[in-house]
Amino acid sequence: MSELDLEIARWSTHLRRNPALADADVEEMEAHLRDRVADLVDRGLDEDEAFLIAVKRMGNVDAIAQEFAREHAERLWKQLVPPPAAPPGVPGAELAVVLALAAGAALVSRAVAEAFAPERAALCASLLVGPFLGAYFAWKRALSTDVTAVLVAVLVVTGTVVNSYPFDADDATLVLVILHLPVVVWFVVGVAYAGGDWRSHQQRMHLVRFTGEWVVYYTLLALGGGVLVGLTMAAFAAIDVDASRVLVEWVLPLGAAGAVLVAAWLVEAKQAVIENIAPVLTRVFTPLTILMLAAVLVAFAARPGLVAADRDLLILMAAILVLVLGLLLYSVSARDPLEPPRLADTLQLVLVALAIAVDAVVLVAMVARIAEFGPSPNKVAALGLNLVILVNLARSAWLTLGFLRRTRPFADLERWQTTYLPAYPAWAAVVALVLPPVFAFS
Amino acid sequence: MRIDKDLVAASATPLVLGILLEGESYGYAILKRVDELSDGRLSWTDGMLYPLLHRLERVGHVSSSWHTAETGRRRKLYAITAHGRRALADRQSQWAVVSEALDRIWNPMTPHPAGGAA
Repeated sequence: MSELDLEIARWSTHLRRNPALADADVEEMEAHLRDRVADLVDRGLDEDEAFLIAVKRMGNVDAIAQEFAREHAERLWKQLVPPPAAPPGVPGAELAVVLALAAGAALVSRAVAEAFAPERAALCASLLVGPFLGAYFAWKRALSTDVTAVLVAVLVVTGTVVNSYPFDADDATLVLVILHLPVVVWFVVGVAYAGGDWRSHQQRMHLVRFTGEWVVYYTLLALGGGVLVGLTMAAFAAIDVDASRVLVEWVLPLGAAGAVLVAAWLVEAKQAVIENIAPVLTRVFTPLTILMLAAVLVAFAARPGLVAADRDLLILMAAILVLVLGLLLYSVSARDPLEPPRLADTLQLVLVALAIAVDAVVLVAMVARIAEFGPSPNKVAALGLNLVILVNLARSAWLTLGFLRRTRPFADLERWQTTYLPAYPAWAAVVALVLPPVFAFS
Repeated sequence: MRIDKDLVAASATPLVLGILLEGESYGYAILKRVDELSDGRLSWTDGMLYPLLHRLERVGHVSSSWHTAETGRRRKLYAITAHGRRALADRQSQWAVVSEALDRIWNPMTPHPAGGAA
């Protein structure tokens, strides 16, 4: 190996260490460097000089890597590196902040659960925990005072409005608010997550990735916590001590609230994970969901009369669509947009098309039913959610088809998902804030 | 003469697409062509071409493929797509407007074919 080869190898090893650069990118730039060196040598320079000039003309490696990182944000999510913006302050400060905020979230929710009726506590849960998560991001991203003020105002107004509604404990609209309010709060927190830059499509895609990973971490923490609580209860039962009251009233709610923060921190820090779990889950569950939807479609077709008779079907269908949307977002967020179409993309199209077909069957039946019996809060909420997701799926199917036929880039599908993202909190806000008064808090 | 970096950045996409319109090419050759076209006055940081090419590929303006040259070295070749041609035509008309407007303000005495001097 010549001296020049060694120099070039050293240079490319340095580049390869950067997570934003794939091996193929380094190979491409290495070929460039060799071309440049060869040209300069032809002009009479010796190899050492030529190499130095070629490297200098190539430019600052970190700056190039940063440009690549902006272009391939999905790569950084697959690596064990913290996001480039280092948090302010001393090392270990972040963990301290997270633990303090988690403790705060846990204690505040517990205090409210102690002071108010269970349904009121459930209504407020997301409004109480959300701000702590928002505070973590506001601190981490050094959020501007203006944005912080707007976000706080939105949460305060939302909280005041829903708490001023005269709900009874068994109102359908109360349940709807409890289900939809967290979505609104999540997106308010999402703005803090994006550092206030909520218009940026890249930041929106980051929020989608963050949400996907957060759900996985939270589920893992909840499972672990559940096992621990069960074992503790059994151990105390063995010595005739009933620990269930302490565990259920204190440990579980405190843990559930605190875990929201801890899960978020784990996603941010990416500790102890080798690879994003979202793409793996998508690969496993896309084919299974296709089978499920195909079975459902056949069953519906076999007994068309019964589809119209079941009033919960619309809600069930909304839940199925949320699952399909989740799978779609997971896979879009984790995919390298430059890869050519693959089997997984075809499967994704099949999944989306099947979901649209099943939904069409249910919608036709339900619209007839609503026309006959009149609207109820549950029906309106489920129908709206159905339509919001259906619009996305229809367009996604069209874009995926274009991608498979190689008439448009994958980036179009990615762009559509991030463009459509605000539709979910908007609809959730309608259900949480507008629907209850419209249906007279029934 | 040093050309302002914002101007270099703004002209990079139409230049690269225009060069690829002449036929498929690879990074180093594209840079050499830029050099020729501008008589060496338009200088880029070499490395910055690659993130740009990747961006153009992501938005579907160019496609890429790896080829092995006779020398045995692998090269990534870029080609303009139909989508890229449309985008380039669009850029061209935008640049024409800009350059015409600049021309009119800087050379007010020269008559213009499109509409004449004010």
